[in-house]
Amino acid sequence: MSMLGDAAGGAGRYLDDRLGLAKVVRKNIRKVFPDHWSFMLGEITLYSFIILLLSGTFLTLFFDPSMTETVYNGAYGPLRGEEMSRAYASALEISFEVRGGLIMRHIHHWAALIFIAGMVVHAFRTFFTGAFRKPREINWLLGVALLVLGLLEGFMGYSLPDDLLSGTGLRIAEGVILSIPLVGSYILMFFFGGEFPGVDLIPRMYMVHILLVPGLILALIAAHVGLVTYHKHTQYPGAGRTEKNVVGYPLLPVYAAKAGGFFFVVFGVICGIAALVPINPIWQYGPYDPSEVTAGSQPDWYIGFLEGSLRLMPNWEIEFWGNTLSLNVLIPSLVVPGIMFTIFALYPFIEAWVTGDKREHHILDRPRNQPVRTGLGVMFITSYTILWIAGGNDIIAITFGLSINAITWFMRIAFFVLPPLAFWVTKRACLGLQHRDKDKVLHGRETGILMQLPHGEFIEVHEPITPEERWRLTSQEIQRPAALPASADGNGVAPRGALAGKLRSKVSRWYFEDRVEPATPADVHELESSGGHH
Amino acid sequence: MRPEDSSDLAPATAAAGAVEPDAVERAPAAAVPARTRKPLRRRPLGASLLLLVALGLVGAVYSLFAPANADVDAPGSAQAGRELFLANCSSCHGTQGQGSSAGPTLVGVGAASVEFQVGTGRMPLAQPGAQAPRDYVRFSDEEIADMAAYVATLGPGPSIPSDEDLDLSEADVTRGGDIFRTNCTMCHNYAGSGGALTEGKYAPSVNQTSPRHIYEAMLTGPQNMPVFADSQLTPEMKRDVIAYIKTSSEHPSPGITGLGALGPSAEGLFGWVVALGLLLACAVWLTQKAK
Repeated sequence: MSMLGDAAGGAGRYLDDRLGLAKVVRKNIRKVFPDHWSFMLGEITLYSFIILLLSGTFLTLFFDPSMTETVYNGAYGPLRGEEMSRAYASALEISFEVRGGLIMRHIHHWAALIFIAGMVVHAFRTFFTGAFRKPREINWLLGVALLVLGLLEGFMGYSLPDDLLSGTGLRIAEGVILSIPLVGSYILMFFFGGEFPGVDLIPRMYMVHILLVPGLILALIAAHVGLVTYHKHTQYPGAGRTEKNVVGYPLLPVYAAKAGGFFFVVFGVICGIAALVPINPIWQYGPYDPSEVTAGSQPDWYIGFLEGSLRLMPNWEIEFWGNTLSLNVLIPSLVVPGIMFTIFALYPFIEAWVTGDKREHHILDRPRNQPVRTGLGVMFITSYTILWIAGGNDIIAITFGLSINAITWFMRIAFFVLPPLAFWVTKRACLGLQHRDKDKVLHGRETGILMQLPHGEFIEVHEPITPEERWRLTSQEIQRPAALPASADGNGVAPRGALAGKLRSKVSRWYFEDRVEPATPADVHELESSGGHH
Repeated sequence: MRPEDSSDLAPATAAAGAVEPDAVERAPAAAVPARTRKPLRRRPLGASLLLLVALGLVGAVYSLFAPANADVDAPGSAQAGRELFLANCSSCHGTQGQGSSAGPTLVGVGAASVEFQVGTGRMPLAQPGAQAPRDYVRFSDEEIADMAAYVATLGPGPSIPSDEDLDLSEADVTRGGDIFRTNCTMCHNYAGSGGALTEGKYAPSVNQTSPRHIYEAMLTGPQNMPVFADSQLTPEMKRDVIAYIKTSSEHPSPGITGLGALGPSAEGLFGWVVALGLLLACAVWLTQKAK
C-alpha cells in the first residue's frame, strides 16, 4: 500500500513540478456540491452531448454529404435501382452495411432527443427554483443560447439524410424563410445557393452541423459550467444552509463518483433504447422528391411547437402592390417563437426589475413560495405544450379516431384560454401549499390518529415537526409589494422616473399581493398561550 | 358509372345529334320539284338511315370501350345475390340499388367494389359515421360473390381482378415504391400505417390488407380514396405497388417495437416518457440519502 502511495505521490510531484497542478487540484477536489436529484438534470444534457459527439464522429466517417445523383445498389431490396443522392445512399449504407452503423444512428438520434429534453427540464428547474437570480442571470442567457443552438443543430441533423422526411422539413424551412418581409427571398437564395432544394444546402448544413454549431455549443457549455463553478452551486433551503455556504459532498470522492457513474447511466439508458427501439427508419421514407410527401410528416419533438403553431394559424395573407405578406407563416413560425424565446430569455431581468432586489441569491426558492413566478412558468409550459400537441394533430386524430378539424379548433381556443387558467390554478395551488406548510409549523403533522377526550370531544393527534423541518418551512423571505413612489415632492414636481415607479409598484402588487407569510415565533407563542385551540 | 365512360360517350352523341337538325332544315327543299334527284343523304329517308347508322356506330364504339359487364365474369349467382342484397343492403342502397339518402347508388360500382366493401367488413355499415371502418366480415366468400354478381348486373363497373391480375412474381418493387410515394404516402403514411384526413375521415393502414383488396381499392376508390383506373395506373403498376407494400412491410424492424411507424411524434413521446423518465428515476436513485 505504501509502495502504491509512494508511486502516486511521485507521479503527483512530477506533474506538480511541471504543471503547477497542486494548487488548482487542491482547491477543486474539495469543492462542495449539494446533493439533489434536480441538480442532475443539467448532467443528463451534458452527458448526452458527449454521446452525441462520440456517435456523431463515427457517423462522419461514413456519411457523404453530397447531392450527386446515384443509383442505389445496396442491401435494402425495395430501393434497389432507385435514383437518389449520395447523401441518402450513404445514410442507407450506414444503416445496412456499415458494422454497428444502424445502432450508432439510433444512439445519435435518441441522444439528440434526450439532449434537448434534458436542457428543457434543466431550464425549468432553474426557473421554478429562482436559480436565475443574481449573480446567475448571464448564465441563464448562456443556457437559452445553448437551447437555441440545440434546436438549430437538431433540425440540421434531421435534414441531412435527404430522405422524404428531411426534405419535407426543409421545404417548410424554405417557406418560413420566404415569409420574412423584403429580404426573405434573398436570404433563401443565400442559404440554399439557388432555388429549393438545389444541390448546395446539404453539404453546407453538414459543415455547420458537424463543426460550427457543435464548436459553439462546446464553448458555451464550458462557459456555462465554468460559471457554475465560479458562482458555486445553489442549494435548497435547509438547516445549516445559508447564502454564504454550500452544504453537500466534496468533488472527490463522492461527487466525482456519482457524476461519473451518472455518465454511464445516461450512456447505458441511451444505448439500451437505441438497441431496442428504432428511430427514424430512413429506408421507409425513401429518397426526397419535391413532388412527394407523406402523412405523419412531423419534425423531431423540439421543433414540434413550431409545427403546431403553423398548423393552428388561420390562413391570413395581406396583398399590396403585388406583394404578399404571408402572415399565415410569418406569425406562427417567426413572431410567436420570437416572443416566446424573448420572454424566456429576459425573465430574470423582468423579475429583478419587479422586486428591485439587488442582492445575491444562493438559496433556492421552493416553487410554492413564489406563486406568481411558478404560475407564470406553468402558463408558459401550457402554451408551449398546446402548440406542441397541435403539431401532432393528425397523429392524434388517427390514433384516437377524432376529427382533425375539431382538434385544431380546440387547440386554437385552448391556446388563448388554457394558459391564463393554468396560471390561476397554479397560483392558487401554491398558496394552498403555503397554507398547509404554515399549518404544519403551527400545529404539527397530522397523524391520522383520532383520540376521544374524557369529556367526549374527538381530536386528531398532531405530531410536532422537527426543528430542521420547521426551519425549512419558515426560512423563506417575506416579499411584499413595492410601495408607490412619492407622487410629487414639496414643490409639486414629480420625481424622475415616477411613471416607471408607478408601473413597477403595480406589477409588484400583482406579484406579491396574495401571499401567505410564514409562521413567526409570535404566531407560535400566541397559539401556545391560547392552549393550542383556535 | 365511371366519369370517363360518359366522357367517351359525349362526343359521339353530339356528333349523331348534329346530323338531325341538318337534315330537318333541308327537308322542305326536298318537297319542291327539282331538276335533279337529290342525293340519298339529302332526302328524309336518307337522313333517317344516316341517323340509324350513326347511332349504331356509337353503340358499337361504346360497347368496345365500356368496361366489360361483370355478370359474365363474376362467379357468383346474381339471383342468390339479389336475395342477399334485398335483405342486407337495400335499406340504404334502395331495392334496385338506385341509392337513397342513406347510401349511394350501386349502379356501375362493379363487382370489385362489392368484394372490397363487404370482404373487408366495411359493409354492411353498422352505423353512420365519418366513414365505414374495417370490421369483421359478415358473409361467406360465396355470399359475397353472389352479391358481387348481382351488383354487377345493375350496370357496368370494375370487375373482380383475376388471379393473373394479382400475380406479383414479375412485379418491380422499386418502381412500386416510386408510385407508392408519389400517390399513396400523402394519405396512407410512408410505412402504409395510415393517416388522418379531414373531419374524422382517415386513410387506413394498408399493411394487413390482402393484395386482392388493395388492388380493388385502387380500382374502385372506396370512401375518400381516388380511383386509380387502369388508364392511370396500369395493372402492372398496381401489382408493383402491392409488391412494394408487401415487401417493405415484411422487412423486419430492427428492434422490439417500431412505435407504430407513425413518425417523429411517437418517437418524441417515447423519448420524453420512457427515456427521460428512466434517467430521472436514476437521478433520484443516485441522490438518495444512504439509509
